[in-house]
Amino acid sequence: MKITVNGQQHEVTVEDDMPLLWILRDELGYTGTKYGCGIAQCGACTVHLDGFAVRSCQIPASTLDGADITTVEGLGTPDAMHAVQQAWVDHQVAQCGYCQSGQIMQAAALLETNPDPTDDDIDTVMSGNLCRCGTYPRVRAAVKTAAANLKEV
Amino acid sequence: MGRIKTIARRSFLIGSAAIAGGVAFGVYAVRRTPDNPLEDDLAAGAATFNPWVLVDSEKVTLITPHADKGQGVMSSQAALIAEELDIEFGQFETSFGRPSGAYWNRGLSHETVPFAPTDERWIANTMRDVAGGAIKLLGMQTTGGSTSMPDSFDKLREAGAVARETLKLAASQQEGVPVENLSTANGAVILPDGRQLPYTSLAAAAATVEPVTDITLRPPSAWRLIGKPMQRLDIVAKSTGTQQFGIDLALDGMVHATVCTSPRRGGTLDGYDATEAMTMRGVSDVLEVTNGVAVVADNTWRAIQAINAIKFEWGPAPYPAEQADHWQTLEDSFTDARLDSTWRDDGDAASTLADGDIVEATYRSPYVAHAPLEPLNAIVLVKDDSVEIWAGHQSPSQVLIEVGKITGHDASQITFHNQFIGGSFGHRLESEFIKQATEIANQMRGTPVKLTYSREEDFAQDFPRHPAIGRARGKVDDGKVVAIDLEIAGTSVLTSQLGRQGISLPMADPTLAAGAWNNPYDVPHYRVRTYRAPELMPVSSWRAVGAPGAGFIFDTFLDELIHAAGADPIEERIRLMGHDVSRKVLEAVAEMSDWGGPLGENQAKGVAFIESFGVPTAEVVQVTNTDRGIKIDKVWVACDVGTIIDPINFENNVQGGVVFGLGHAMNCELTVSDGKVEQSNYHAHEAMRMHQCPEIFVRGLENGTQVRGIGEPPVPPVAPALGNAIFAATGQRIREMPFWNHVDFA
Repeated sequence: MKITVNGQQHEVTVEDDMPLLWILRDELGYTGTKYGCGIAQCGACTVHLDGFAVRSCQIPASTLDGADITTVEGLGTPDAMHAVQQAWVDHQVAQCGYCQSGQIMQAAALLETNPDPTDDDIDTVMSGNLCRCGTYPRVRAAVKTAAANLKEV
Repeated sequence: MGRIKTIARRSFLIGSAAIAGGVAFGVYAVRRTPDNPLEDDLAAGAATFNPWVLVDSEKVTLITPHADKGQGVMSSQAALIAEELDIEFGQFETSFGRPSGAYWNRGLSHETVPFAPTDERWIANTMRDVAGGAIKLLGMQTTGGSTSMPDSFDKLREAGAVARETLKLAASQQEGVPVENLSTANGAVILPDGRQLPYTSLAAAAATVEPVTDITLRPPSAWRLIGKPMQRLDIVAKSTGTQQFGIDLALDGMVHATVCTSPRRGGTLDGYDATEAMTMRGVSDVLEVTNGVAVVADNTWRAIQAINAIKFEWGPAPYPAEQADHWQTLEDSFTDARLDSTWRDDGDAASTLADGDIVEATYRSPYVAHAPLEPLNAIVLVKDDSVEIWAGHQSPSQVLIEVGKITGHDASQITFHNQFIGGSFGHRLESEFIKQATEIANQMRGTPVKLTYSREEDFAQDFPRHPAIGRARGKVDDGKVVAIDLEIAGTSVLTSQLGRQGISLPMADPTLAAGAWNNPYDVPHYRVRTYRAPELMPVSSWRAVGAPGAGFIFDTFLDELIHAAGADPIEERIRLMGHDVSRKVLEAVAEMSDWGGPLGENQAKGVAFIESFGVPTAEVVQVTNTDRGIKIDKVWVACDVGTIIDPINFENNVQGGVVFGLGHAMNCELTVSDGKVEQSNYHAHEAMRMHQCPEIFVRGLENGTQVRGIGEPPVPPVAPALGNAIFAATGQRIREMPFWNHVDFA
């Protein structure tokens, strides 16, 4: 099976039912994508699959041949951050930071399809991403800042 | 200063005797400064002045030994050193350092004596000093109890100042310029002619100089970092997926393991069939660990798949199998024989409540999981002459003890590499996961073993917040609250937690009463007694420990009394308050929330005040009763930590504590059936999600005389404030958590 992760092609030979999360983390070493629950309840494993935000713990290998995946490491880097990541820095959203890869990937996908989200839009789309530290007020503010900054570009 | 008239005599005597036993080691031992661990492997040309500052020709490294589990103390600790060292963020590196007695936590002394934090009498301060001596002798390097800033505030600034003055002395000797003509800024000593000598260039010279210890700390007016907004050192890494947590580490030749331990906590493994698991792809071993089994594989997912394919036979639980019997055990514990302590007995509650109109109520606080988002994990490599551990843990000194017990290695042969922690809330004060990883690695010496819990195992093996039942009686007279008499029965966190370390609790458990007895109200008759129930399911410190449960019981009952008196909830709390700093937080939150101002249809506010960890905290919650249930609109928080280190991180911690407290009060509990915890993942223990999160407004006051931590104090008041708001909006008084057993939330 061939998959592309952050623009780089990988040949992977794993069981049909191994979830993308574990292919990324344990087979290919993309550890920015986090394991939190394994049952699509927390959103920590959110990545972009062909442009859509998905829970990588729920995507089996059997469906992935030819897939184009972006993880948080591919969204931007410390030296060249994506607007969403920059907004996360500006608002100092993170506490423990463990959920934030998923939050950021979910927010980036939201702004891709809805550049001007209302508060309700943000709440609806982001409510699948659990933050145990309780950074939601800052997530909300950072999404708005990222939306504004993306529009200026 | 409020009238904390009666100290807990029984626990005081027992506790002080036990603590005084530590002093028998000698005053000299207590006064002696522990060795600086940085000297152990100091390279030639590198200088260290104390356990927190290391300078070599390449870089300045600041040691930040308190564990960072999201509360941001890595940055806060570094800021305290940098303040006096005159070095900026970006000009130094940080390290959690090696476990060492030099990093003993002096802040813990406040949590180990039976005095309210607001009690500043001589006897209280003396006992804190004695307790501090014992903690120092034990070399307890522990992060907990919101003590990181109280522990660090003076000593890390002193560490920075000592390093600065020593570097100046080295520069003085090297350049032949009097010290008084030198200044420091931006990580350099500045000569009278303006030339800058970077600290790194002075490392070799400074290494030959005795540290200058005659230093004076700068006054607050001279601070350039403390109290100003900072950018946390970890914020870019945590916004780009590049922050490595323990679960992300990989070593050459490492294998992946997972475990299944008896879901009947402490019960035996009676048998298992791993035939199928052994045939599964990638599985290399199935090994026994204490009360459980480990699978070793070449990938975490394969290990989890295989452990799920094993058929287990578990022995019975060493506690009642059903939740109802846990509650019954607590109900049956309100007896003289189980009286743990009388924490406060102002006035004469007994005779005041002997007759007349009595307000009575009973409350319950359930088992709740920590469930931080990073599942428990640890990497251990055991060799015949060494052990290395890579994991996040709140008590490195405890890790060395536990690992050594299993492998037989001396502490000097064990290296612990602490890691950034993806949330803890107290979970990583426990060591079972590191012990299990060590048990596995000890059976395959020479191979690094990474143990990762499945989320389901993390829930099943949590050491939750203890359950408690409160029985309250009280009286009002002439529109005022005049008597509160609380009895609280619960299982003891400290008995359970210390028991796992082989220590028996030498005193009454203060966590049973925390949040109930220490609120500095001048209620004329105010008694709080606790009853220690027999041990049930093992329990542990959950963010704010006792105060979320006992504080809920106390403040909800106070609200009921105020309602019975026909008084205003905030005005009566302010009238009763006997502590100036605390009164000001109540006044602040009333002003912030426009208490008494106009409200929308079906909208109402509730207030609560709890002092925990020395931080008086008042919170107002505003709710609207909608067709879909209770909608939490807004929360206002005023609290006093004496000095705020970083206002941004402070606000984030307070907001997070509010969300944490609200979410668990709304919908979280662990229940036991067939001896097992019934909730297996976040769908059954969800807490708060984004769409339910209110706006949260925070004001930090700085009237307190001592620096306090903010990690825990925002949690306890928010559950009673929410319940009090729901009562104000609906007339329905909710006397047990989680509230969703009684109301829906929109």
